[in-house]
Amino acid sequence: MTMIFGIPLPALLGQLLIGFINGSFYALLSLGLAVIFGLLRVINFAHGAQYMLGAFAAYLLLVHTGLGFWPALIVAPLVVGAISAIIERTMLSRLYDLDHLYGLLFTFGLALIIEGTFRWYFGAAGQPYAGPALLAGGTNLGFMFLPNYRGFVVVASIVICLTVWLLIEKTRLGAYLRAATENPQLVQAFGVNVPLLLTLTYALGAGLAGLAGVLAAPIYQVSPLMGSNLIIIVFAVVVVGGMGSIGGAIVTGYVLGILEGLTKVFYPEASNIVVFVIMAVVLMLRPAGLFGKEI
Amino acid sequence: MSSLTDTGAAQVESRERQKAHARQRSLARIGLIIAVIAVAGLIAAPFFVYPVFIMTVLCFALFATAFNLLLGYAGLLSFGHAAFFGGAAYFTAHAVKVWGWEPLLAILLGAVGAGLMGLVVGFVAIRRQGIYFAMVTLALSQMIYFIFLQAPFTHGEDGIQGVPRGDLLGLVDLNRPLNIYYFVLLIFLVGFYAVWRIVHSPYGHVLQAIRENENRAISLGYRVERYKLGAFVMSATIAGLAGSTKAIVLQIATLTDVAWQMSGEVVLMTLLGGMGTIFGPAVGAALVVTMQNYFATSDVPVTVIVGVIFVLCVLLFRRGIVGEAIRFLKR
Repeated sequence: MTMIFGIPLPALLGQLLIGFINGSFYALLSLGLAVIFGLLRVINFAHGAQYMLGAFAAYLLLVHTGLGFWPALIVAPLVVGAISAIIERTMLSRLYDLDHLYGLLFTFGLALIIEGTFRWYFGAAGQPYAGPALLAGGTNLGFMFLPNYRGFVVVASIVICLTVWLLIEKTRLGAYLRAATENPQLVQAFGVNVPLLLTLTYALGAGLAGLAGVLAAPIYQVSPLMGSNLIIIVFAVVVVGGMGSIGGAIVTGYVLGILEGLTKVFYPEASNIVVFVIMAVVLMLRPAGLFGKEI
Repeated sequence: MSSLTDTGAAQVESRERQKAHARQRSLARIGLIIAVIAVAGLIAAPFFVYPVFIMTVLCFALFATAFNLLLGYAGLLSFGHAAFFGGAAYFTAHAVKVWGWEPLLAILLGAVGAGLMGLVVGFVAIRRQGIYFAMVTLALSQMIYFIFLQAPFTHGEDGIQGVPRGDLLGLVDLNRPLNIYYFVLLIFLVGFYAVWRIVHSPYGHVLQAIRENENRAISLGYRVERYKLGAFVMSATIAGLAGSTKAIVLQIATLTDVAWQMSGEVVLMTLLGGMGTIFGPAVGAALVVTMQNYFATSDVPVTVIVGVIFVLCVLLFRRGIVGEAIRFLKR
């Protein structure tokens, strides 16, 4: 059997793949966080809860209406986005003029309410959620066995990240968004409806979290607390990447996921903390993050 | 220089200032009266209320007060203070149970250990400001959580249970309810006084200057990072003191105390009571602990209630209970 640094190749590639899949979720979630932060200057602590909401929306759709994975992939993010838009309009938008810390505290409380309610209603245990039949089974890549669904998640997350990146960098709406990030008053003076833009942005970010939740449901099961620890890792990813850059958030998400997977092979005890250690090191060397601008 | 109008203006100004001083003095007097009543009430309390409950409140009140030193006076929102609170609890529990240390010494060990952790975390975290600071402290405390989860001496999910209370200085038996109660009350008062003293020292005033306008403090020649790091370490140490004491009182140290939910809880206590006020965090802690105690036996989900209070505080009354009271008195 082929060995690399005393580790069998299939084990190494297997962990690399798991790392890549985790990285796909880190990238999707940190992308949403970065989009929201870019315009609203709010650290969305409820992002993990919105991710969980997406997964539950898919699960409840299946249980109550029989709609499977593919419709859920469209419907669940829309539901999460719509709920989040209402929350932004009625409550979060009142906090924009205050210290940014209040946005963080508000969304923290929101996360407690959402996760607490689901935990109270559904219990802490996870509910299994079947992936699409189309992607059942796996493919033998010669050196390892790849479950089709996991391969799909990797591809889907790359496609989604690229789409959002293109939307923000290349379209007119994206140009408004970037302009409003730089100078909201001026953009408003040019006749763009900035408050609407803010609501749409929050809904987009939250919808991305919901989409990630649907993608995660067949892999990690659907449980009320599935997002609560994940969100902290994603915070670390965002700090490492630097808040300023959408692309940075995506790349850092994948890279840290893969590094985490590699740590599981070479030094499993540290796999839980490696992301945080990297964050600390990056902060010492480049306080603004790898892709961030100095402020 | 000394034209008539100038002296007139100066007189008006000095009268205004006198008035402001008088108002401040009367506020301080009210504060003093409340403090005296509170201490008297706390001395009498174990005869009326279940002592362990008040001791738990006191530990959380000290924790929140220490946290407020950082948030309310230095303007730094740490979202990782559970690491110091729970970490110190582990150190103390281990020292008492495994090494057989005397309780006071073990508590001091916990506080010093928390202070050292605070030094490391603070050193990294003060490189960023505002929300980034909150995120960095949260991430680092999560790292500490995993370290405690895996370290053999913490016994993972089980925690350190059955921590003996022991004899204080080898003389006073802490298993007797009144003995331990007054011991805990003394620790609380010492910790509370320490925070009060720090806030009202020249050092504390510099911290508040940094909170109000960091750039101006820098341009005035203050080494802002040192002040922030100092505040962080002191806050972590006193939070550790609270956690250590709690380990002796409840005779247990678990992962709950180092988890990020606990970091959120202390933010809530401070916010609810009134950040940047001396008594606020203690009031907030008393309310939150009482509420948790009250709902613990019902099937109402406590997390949801905590979340609702959080949201209401942020949306509707950001000054907190004591902050609103002070505003009312000032009018």
